[in-house]
Amino acid sequence: MKHGKPFAVVMFAVLLVAAPLFLNAYQVDVLNSIGLYGLLALGLNLILGEAGLFNMGHAAFYAVGAYTAAILNTRYQIPILWTLPLSGLTAGLFALAVARPVVHLRGDYLLIVTIGVGEIVRIALVNDIFGMTGGANGIFGISRPQLFGIVIRRPQEFFYLIWGCVALTIFLFLRLKQSRFGRALNYLREDEVAAEGSGINTAYYKLAAFGLGAAWAGMAGTLFAAKMTIISPESFNFWESVVLFMIVILGGAGNIVGVLLAAFLVIGLPELFREFASARMLVFGLVMVVMMVFRPQGLLPAGGGRFSPVTLARGRG
Amino acid sequence: MEEFFQQLTNGLAVGGIYALIALGYTMVYGVLKLINFAHGDLFTYGAYLGLTLLTSLALTDHLGFALGVLVLVLMVMGLVAILGAILERAAYRPLRESPRLSAVVSALGASIFLQNALMLLYGARFQVYPDNILPTATLNVFGLYLPLMRVLIVLASVLMMAALYLFIQKTRIGAAIRAAAIDQGAARLMGIDVNRVILLVFLLGPALGGAAGLMVGLYYGQINFTMGWVYGMKAFTAAILGGIGNIPGAMVGGLLLGVIEALGAAYISIAWKDAIAFLVLILILIVRPTGLLGERVADKI
Repeated sequence: MKHGKPFAVVMFAVLLVAAPLFLNAYQVDVLNSIGLYGLLALGLNLILGEAGLFNMGHAAFYAVGAYTAAILNTRYQIPILWTLPLSGLTAGLFALAVARPVVHLRGDYLLIVTIGVGEIVRIALVNDIFGMTGGANGIFGISRPQLFGIVIRRPQEFFYLIWGCVALTIFLFLRLKQSRFGRALNYLREDEVAAEGSGINTAYYKLAAFGLGAAWAGMAGTLFAAKMTIISPESFNFWESVVLFMIVILGGAGNIVGVLLAAFLVIGLPELFREFASARMLVFGLVMVVMMVFRPQGLLPAGGGRFSPVTLARGRG
Repeated sequence: MEEFFQQLTNGLAVGGIYALIALGYTMVYGVLKLINFAHGDLFTYGAYLGLTLLTSLALTDHLGFALGVLVLVLMVMGLVAILGAILERAAYRPLRESPRLSAVVSALGASIFLQNALMLLYGARFQVYPDNILPTATLNVFGLYLPLMRVLIVLASVLMMAALYLFIQKTRIGAAIRAAAIDQGAARLMGIDVNRVILLVFLLGPALGGAAGLMVGLYYGQINFTMGWVYGMKAFTAAILGGIGNIPGAMVGGLLLGVIEALGAAYISIAWKDAIAFLVLILILIVRPTGLLGERVADKI
């Protein structure tokens, strides 16, 4: 089992890289959506999965990133991919500013506050805040991204852009998970009092997790803006945050493979059953309840890192 | 002055509705320390059940307006209470000993499920209450005109709140609820059946929430399957504002929030109306997380 797993992952990666060669444009587009949600969910996983902070306003950070990119691109003609770092930075700073006063709140209260933040951001966008967001219609005419002189236009081309970002994210977040920083976040999730007692600056790490996760959402927002060329507040409503929250919880909070698997299931499966599209959320809700009753740790639970309690208990340090 | 008075009374009517919903949140929180996210959807079920019963049974035709609506309110309250009990049994009881996150996620899942079940049953469009059964009369109070419906809403919500308050404060069962909220273990040792108390709370809260849903249908005339979410969030804000877990707090918080929102919409900006409640929520949690009359919610070592 332990040896079978890396092999399966490599096989899957090879299959994925070759996918655009034998899938049609629509199927590739579904994969692109899965990739975008995967990116967003990996960012949220840092906040909700690794650090255990209930954030249900992730769509707000996504929106800040997407709108930053769109405004810079349409008003100042900055190439869309160049805005990536800037929209990440804006979303991250926004998250820090928002989270600073509330990050100490107990779990479910943080959840409510982040829902509130998400709604306020959406309402602000609808009300054309700063006169720059285009109100309920949003912003259109965002230019196509260009990479090494190639204009990215077809779904197949976007596929490699998006999944390239996902691959990079997986690599970076795996490194992060095994670092001192990642272990500190896990401590925080498991036992905040003990973590603080062992000299972990809880406020700092919580904020860092928020900022980093939100920055990732912001950059995913840029990719979204580039892919759609038009964005509007409705793309960032409360249900987006719920779906992302669900992906992380169902996949197994804190497990990168689990989160990606859940992204495939939650975003990909409904595409297979399009005739039942209206019952999609009904099934999601039911799955959430059933999952919590029978398997609250998610499909692939976290644990198994080098210094995790699970591994140590097994005597494999 | 006229404008201010109209907004104030409108705010009190909406606030009374918020308060009724907030009571459900606050009672459940008091006993289980759980935010019942599905409570807002039970409220919506109240509105839809009310509409269905109203149109299919034609109660107001047979019994006249006052008696018909009274019977309707009681029927809706009973049905939504049963729904609340089923919800507790299916989604919350199996998770009584689980970590908080599991219960929160289960509550969210139940909320999504209930909301979408309603959409599949009734369709996604707005449903309209028949407008010929409601009194359209206005009262003249010291030269100011008040729609009768608004007065009835305020009266009904105050009446229900008073009844609940007396029940909680003056009866033995009410004392058991208060005891279970303070310390479940000790309450159990004193011979209180905590499971029954929890069940009772899940009957009472949804009953009031269902009544509030019916009131919204009668007051505004149109309902939607997603409205439970907005009302639920606002009622929850009201519960926090008053101090969650605190029953008089939920009443005060609801009325206060209704008035703040109505005045804010009138004098600041109508487009930002929904943001006002969320802003109040965030500010209260930052500045005074205990609410006006309540328990502390922020962790501090």
